[in-house]
Amino acid sequence: MSEAYFRVESGALGPEENFLSLDDILMSHEKLPVRTETAMPRLGAFFLERSAGAETDNAVPQGLALLPRVECSGVIWLTAALTSQVQVIVIPQPPMWLGLQGSKLELPLWLAKGLFDNKRRILSVELPKIYQEGWRTVFSADANVVDLHKMGPHFYGFGSQLLHFDSPENADISQSLLQTFIGRFRRIMDSSQNAYNEDTSALVARLDEMERGLFQTGQKGLNDFQCWEKGQASQITASNLVQNYKKRKFPDMED
Amino acid sequence: MFCEKAMELIRELQRAPEGQLPAFNEDGLRQVLEEMKALYEQNQSDVNEAKSGGRSDLIPTIKFRHCSLLRNRRCTVAYLYDRLLRIRALRWEYGSILPNALRFHMSAEEMEWFNNYKRSLATYMRSLGGDEGLDITQDVKPPKSLYIEVRCLKDYGEFEVDDGTSVLLKKNSQHFLPRWKCEQLIRQGVLEHILS
Repeated sequence: MSEAYFRVESGALGPEENFLSLDDILMSHEKLPVRTETAMPRLGAFFLERSAGAETDNAVPQGLALLPRVECSGVIWLTAALTSQVQVIVIPQPPMWLGLQGSKLELPLWLAKGLFDNKRRILSVELPKIYQEGWRTVFSADANVVDLHKMGPHFYGFGSQLLHFDSPENADISQSLLQTFIGRFRRIMDSSQNAYNEDTSALVARLDEMERGLFQTGQKGLNDFQCWEKGQASQITASNLVQNYKKRKFPDMED
Repeated sequence: MFCEKAMELIRELQRAPEGQLPAFNEDGLRQVLEEMKALYEQNQSDVNEAKSGGRSDLIPTIKFRHCSLLRNRRCTVAYLYDRLLRIRALRWEYGSILPNALRFHMSAEEMEWFNNYKRSLATYMRSLGGDEGLDITQDVKPPKSLYIEVRCLKDYGEFEVDDGTSVLLKKNSQHFLPRWKCEQLIRQGVLEHILS
C-alpha cells in the first residue's frame, strides 16, 4: 500500500455520494430497473440498445409505425416497437426514436437519480431483486452464506443510495442492510485479524467492495503490528510505490 | 449509451494498483469532451425549440442529456483530481526528481502542477525550524540512532558524506552512514537498511 496516496473516500453509506470518489462513481454506474412514465423523443441510438429484450406494456402498439414527416423535410423515419426481433431501418442522420411510455428499462443509478422526482413525472423506480422481500428474508435467516460480490459488488453503497427513491419499503431496506452487515461483520473482523502472510482470496471472494475495504484495513493493522513486534518499525524501507514501479520497469524496457 | 468513455477513464485509474500513475489518457479525455460538446449543442437547440415552439415534451430529453453532461463532468474532474493525488504522493515517496518513465506518464499541466507543489513544499519547509528550515520528508519513521548500517542493492557510484569523504556504492557493499544522507536513497530502493 502506498503510504502517501490518500484517495477520496466513498460517501455512499451516508446521505450523499462523494463527488470526487472513484468508488462512488463506479458504484453509481450499476443499473437498476425503471419504468418510464413519459416518452423521451430524439434519444436515438440510446434506446435502440437499451430496449433489446425489455418488456413492454400491452398498451403500446407492436409492429411498425410510420412517423409523420414533420421536422425533417424530405426524410421519412421508420420506427419499430420495443421488441427484440424487429429491425430498425436507420437513415444517415441521427435516428429519431420515440421512447415509448411505460417501457421497462435498466438505467444506471446516476441517470435514475437525475431523472427521478417526487411526482414521478419521467420515471418510476423499481427495487432490484436483491433488495426486495424475498432476498431480505434470506439475509435475515443467515447473512453469512450469501455471495455479496456476485449480487452487485456494491451492495451496501447501492442499497443506501436506493433509499433516495422514496420507496414504501425504505424502512425495511435500511434495516435489512444494517442487520446483514451486523451478521457478517464478525467473520470479516476475525478473518482479517488472523490471516497473516497467507493467500486471502478465498476469504474475500464473497465480500462486497465495502467489506473488502474493511478487510484490507484489518490486514494492514495486523501487518503493522507484527512489524512492530519484530522490531522492524524503525527500519526505513523503500516505499511500496517505488517497488511497484521498479517491478513494472523491466517489462517497459523490454518493449 | 452516454458516458461510457468517461467510465473507461475511471476504470483505468481503479485498475492501477494502489497509488500508481498510469499514462495520461489524452485521447480518452478528448473523446469525453467531444461527447459533452455534442450533448450541449443538442440541448441548446432543443431548449430553443421547447421555448419558442412550445414543445414541452422535449423537456425529459433535455433533462436526460443534462444528466449525462453532469456525469461526464464528474468523471473527468474525478479522474484529473485522483491523478493529482497520485502525483502528490510521488513527491513524498520518490523525492524531487522523478524518473523519466514516470514523467512521460504525466501531461504538461500535471508536470507544471508537480513543480508548483514542489516549490510550495520547499517554501514551507524553509519557513520551519528557524534559519535552516526543516526537511519534513525525512524521518518518516522515528529515528533510533544517528548513524545506520546500509547495504547497497545496486551500483550507484560515488556518494559524498558531510565531512568530504566519498563512498563508492557498489552492489552488496555495506556502509555505516549518517541517517539523514541515506534516507532518500533507501526510500528509492538503492540502499537497504540493515538492523543489527
